[in-house]
Amino acid sequence: MVMMAAVLLALGYVIGAAYAGQDAGFIGLIVAAAVWFILAMVSLSSGDQILLSASNAKEVTHDDHPQLVNIVEEMKIAAGLPAMPKIYIIPDPAPNAFATGRSPKSASVAVTAGLLGRLNRDELQGVIGHEMSHILHRDILYVTLAGIMLGSIVLISQVFLRSMFYGGIGSRRRYSSEGKGSGQAMLIMLVVALIAAILAPIMAQLFYFALSRKREYLADAGSARLTRYPEGLASALEKIAGDTSPQLEAANTVTAPMYIVNPFKKVAGMSLSDLTSTHPPISERIKILRSMGSGVSFKDYSDSFTHVTHRRTIVPPAALTKEDIALRAAGDEAKDKLRRENQMRQVGDIMRKVNQFVFLTCLCGLVLKIPPNYKSDKVQCPRCKRMLDVPSPTSPPK
Amino acid sequence: MLTTLIIIAAALVLVILSVIAVYNALVGLRNQVDNAWSQIDVQLKRRHDLIPNLVETAKGYMQHERGTFEAITKARSEAMGAKSVPEASKAEGALGEALSKFLLVVENYPELKANQNFLAVQEELASTENRISFARQSYNDQVLFFNNKTQMFPSNVVANMFNFSKRDFFGVENAAEREVPKVSFS
Repeated sequence: MVMMAAVLLALGYVIGAAYAGQDAGFIGLIVAAAVWFILAMVSLSSGDQILLSASNAKEVTHDDHPQLVNIVEEMKIAAGLPAMPKIYIIPDPAPNAFATGRSPKSASVAVTAGLLGRLNRDELQGVIGHEMSHILHRDILYVTLAGIMLGSIVLISQVFLRSMFYGGIGSRRRYSSEGKGSGQAMLIMLVVALIAAILAPIMAQLFYFALSRKREYLADAGSARLTRYPEGLASALEKIAGDTSPQLEAANTVTAPMYIVNPFKKVAGMSLSDLTSTHPPISERIKILRSMGSGVSFKDYSDSFTHVTHRRTIVPPAALTKEDIALRAAGDEAKDKLRRENQMRQVGDIMRKVNQFVFLTCLCGLVLKIPPNYKSDKVQCPRCKRMLDVPSPTSPPK
Repeated sequence: MLTTLIIIAAALVLVILSVIAVYNALVGLRNQVDNAWSQIDVQLKRRHDLIPNLVETAKGYMQHERGTFEAITKARSEAMGAKSVPEASKAEGALGEALSKFLLVVENYPELKANQNFLAVQEELASTENRISFARQSYNDQVLFFNNKTQMFPSNVVANMFNFSKRDFFGVENAAEREVPKVSFS
């Protein structure tokens, strides 16, 4: 953020100086800051409404979707937010969610119908916890301001480059009616300004992406801490990553950092590299969440982060106090899933028995199920690599 | 002479000012504890209100589980009669246990588990349990801050002067194990 501000102000200064001599540098600087300020004010006063209505979101109450509203309220209590955020559902099959709003007092959370359809309670809680953390950390304000800064930098560079291209520099020359030395300085300034106008947007973009990614990691850490169950978010991210529905309709580059996962699908054959994405790779986020161990504080996330990525932690030192928050047990549905898997396995085994599969228990404990049309009389155990004799299905059991 | 007086007066003013500062901090912390408690209290009430609904919905399906229902109803009325935090902590713990036993028994009644009304009540109950546990976390944090302040030097001097007594944790093992005064319920 500070780096972006520096880029913006430097750009303003250099362009101002190029236009009207070194003394005007500060005027350029002020103009650049003013452009940013005005754009920021406009977008902050109505940004969340624009975003929500652009995505065709419908506000819901407890009657419409009790579970979603309950989960949001749980997370509100866990986060200690001063007010209940407004809740929206976006009628879109792509699973995604975002939070918006300037302050924790007036925030909104929106989830897509696709997300609601796919996730169980624990997973949904993980996603809502992530969005709540965005609200709690004031990321929406932060990222919006940074996004506007990026916009201002692009705008100012474009205006300058075009005016150079169309207006030419000759007309500007008359401001400098001094001697030759000053004209030369002017020319140098112009070249510097040209280079700055080309480079600044690229640099700003990189800073912006870095900021956005850092905030995503922090929101993941916050979610783990609020829900006390990192597996919920990890498994939700896994489901979202594995989804094949078309990309979210209402997303665009400015709003992308607000979503839980990047709403833009990767174009085939073009992997989004680390530096130019608003979101960290999902696989990495899942890995960090899953290797958190038994604690769920920011400290635990930070340790897991350095362990997985081998990079310096992104968690600010102020949040790294030793907290002792233990993991909670999985919700009923997770256990249900396990039970359902067991049921499926039992049903499968019955079907195989009926179909004359041979059940062979290896010494390592693995049960091999050999189809009746298996020709060889030896089989290798896939786990311990032992060779086993296959009894023929017709031979009497020993 | 005059200088000594001035020094004494200055020292006195300093002491009074710091006592005021500590007193205000203590009041602020105590209010935060009370506020956090009211957050839990709201959810506990919600839990109590949900139980008759739950029992009513399930009764028709579970004729043979009268004991379970009675245990819940009894634990509920005990919890509703609790007057202090340690009492509530113990009674709510018992109620929580009775509820989780009930939910285990429900597993044997597939028709009940398919009942829309029951599913709705169950969702509300699950959410309430989560809210209680999240609210408890922040309440216990606040109690810890407050108790530290009332017991550590020098703020403990001010705390004793103005009768700031230490608060009880909610739902923690040792709080539940503490001797519970007699609760009257009819």
